Amino acid sequence: MIDSIHELVPATWAVHAPALLVVIPMLMAPIAALMPAGRIGWMISNFGVFCALVMAIVLVVAVRDSELGYISYHMGGWQPPYGIEFRIDALNSMVLLLVSGVGLLASIFGWSSVKSEINNAKISLFYSAYLVCFTGLCGVAATGDAFNLFVFLEISSIATYVLVALGAGRDRRALPAAINYVLMGTIGASFFVVGVGFLYAATGTLNMADLAARLPDLADNTVVMAGYAFIFVGLGIKAAMFPLHQWLPNAYTYSPSFVTMFLAATATKVAIYALIRFLFTVFGIDFTFEGLSLLWVLMPMGLAAMVACSFQAIFQTDVRRMLAYSSVAQVGYILLGVSIGTAAGVSSGLLHLVNHAVIKGALFMAVAGVLLVHSGARLSDFRGLGRRAPLTMTAFAIAGLSLIGVPLTAGFQSKYALVTALLQNGWWWAAVVVVFTSFLAVIYVGRILEAVFFQAPIGPDTEKKRLPVLVGVPLWAMALTSSWIGVDGGFVIGLANDAAASLFTGDAQ
Amino acid sequence: MGTDHHIILRVVAKVLIPVIALYGFYVQFHGDYSPGGGFQAGVILAVTVILYSLIFGVTAAMQAVSPGFARAVAAFGFILYTGVGVATLILGGVFLDYDALIAEPAGGHAGQHLGIILVELGVLMAVTGSMVAIFYAFAGRVTEIRDEDW
Repeated sequence: MIDSIHELVPATWAVHAPALLVVIPMLMAPIAALMPAGRIGWMISNFGVFCALVMAIVLVVAVRDSELGYISYHMGGWQPPYGIEFRIDALNSMVLLLVSGVGLLASIFGWSSVKSEINNAKISLFYSAYLVCFTGLCGVAATGDAFNLFVFLEISSIATYVLVALGAGRDRRALPAAINYVLMGTIGASFFVVGVGFLYAATGTLNMADLAARLPDLADNTVVMAGYAFIFVGLGIKAAMFPLHQWLPNAYTYSPSFVTMFLAATATKVAIYALIRFLFTVFGIDFTFEGLSLLWVLMPMGLAAMVACSFQAIFQTDVRRMLAYSSVAQVGYILLGVSIGTAAGVSSGLLHLVNHAVIKGALFMAVAGVLLVHSGARLSDFRGLGRRAPLTMTAFAIAGLSLIGVPLTAGFQSKYALVTALLQNGWWWAAVVVVFTSFLAVIYVGRILEAVFFQAPIGPDTEKKRLPVLVGVPLWAMALTSSWIGVDGGFVIGLANDAAASLFTGDAQ
Repeated sequence: MGTDHHIILRVVAKVLIPVIALYGFYVQFHGDYSPGGGFQAGVILAVTVILYSLIFGVTAAMQAVSPGFARAVAAFGFILYTGVGVATLILGGVFLDYDALIAEPAGGHAGQHLGIILVELGVLMAVTGSMVAIFYAFAGRVTEIRDEDW
């Protein structure tokens, strides 16, 4: 199917796909800001994100068919390493496909959700901010220049702060959550840019491929080591790596449903991508300092996140908060996979990255549907919803089971891959922790599902309001995607394996 | 409270505002050859509006430059910058390859000149518009909770 879409795009445009992917949503953002009515803003947003998705598909095919294993696009015709280069390989194209696919579903889903939660006069501006955020995330995933990555990271983050703060219309606690996020996010970005500055001081270049070529000679250089530490922590904050995740639960709980859903599925994922890119492409697995940090920082922190945040999720009474803590725990799984430092390990981490994006997207979409049609998002509000909103809750249950990792779901595929990779590496105790925290997931997902399906509804059965079609369709698209990955994961597993292989064959030099 | 004793401020501001605006454009157009360019010039241009509203009040400033207009200028600046990039794509170059803007013999730099001037103009509009809009957002903010309600 993706090949036929690739053929529909004229070759003259396909050549520019790396730029267009970022430029089209970027151009749509100010146009949306100028629109008076929210409806047009919604259409512009859909158009921009849809074009980005098409370009992402073009890139996936083009990278697969390319001889070098990557596509390089020179901005303004300036040769790298002097000019800014967009370098798309198997890893980028997978992340871009994920972000733009989720972005399109989110944008479609925004129709009813945004209308009910955002002040009518601000809807166009809301979509404008969303497009800017989307542009930034795509830019981070597309660029091959370390400083340019920082710029895009800030573009997406600043738009995200605005989007989170817009939740104040429904709940004033969105404002402190947003400020908290601004402070943490700015510290993260500053650490990252300081780290990039150190690398620039040591090597005199900002191009990632060029950095990768120069850094092996400077392995014992303390400036490079300091730069590594700064970048590691900076991106760790952005990725909500335990214990730097304190901004996340509040930001997810109080922001508008649309934003929660989009952020949960993409923002931390893109930061993890950037972390993987720096760990394996720029510094390379042979960088002595890195082996230590994988073993003594990333792996313990991943395990700690899985255990601590799964426990925290169990004791939450707000469903969105529960899912937010679960997100931090899932980031732990991804980082655990990455910390193994083998192709199989990174591949399992990437697979879980994609699966978790789809699963959490579906879960938060279902919660948004509940908020839209029914009362609140506390656990007690979910009682008996299985009878009142059967379609929404079935999709929620599918995604919930996937989060646990029941066989024939996406979550099972990635946890299976993760446990296999752990056992291959001899880390059987980590595999035990993975299984243990999956039982914790059974408890917290089970608490919701028990309330939904086995408890009597509270209050009188008010008039049955129907879930809007534009929420139901993206929700089920997400839920079915996660089932499809679970039953026939060949496509996604293939993408993840190619992506991990591209990091280790060293075709990015 | 009358504002008569601000007369010196008002006269000086009236004299200074055009000069500041002129200096802003100088920084903008001299940015080709010396330090300067759209970002700095944009801030300087925005300062004229901000100074005006400090002296004559935000309401008067908003009548001269409405918040909607400021936002539109910012958005148009953004569109202009990105639009130049898209234009170079359509004319057969890569993104932001200014050489594609004007067909000229090899070694000519007219395209580069045109491209950078347009892009800097976009930056000027975007920065001016955003600065004024941000200032309005703070200065024109009505407190949502009155002091008595605390």
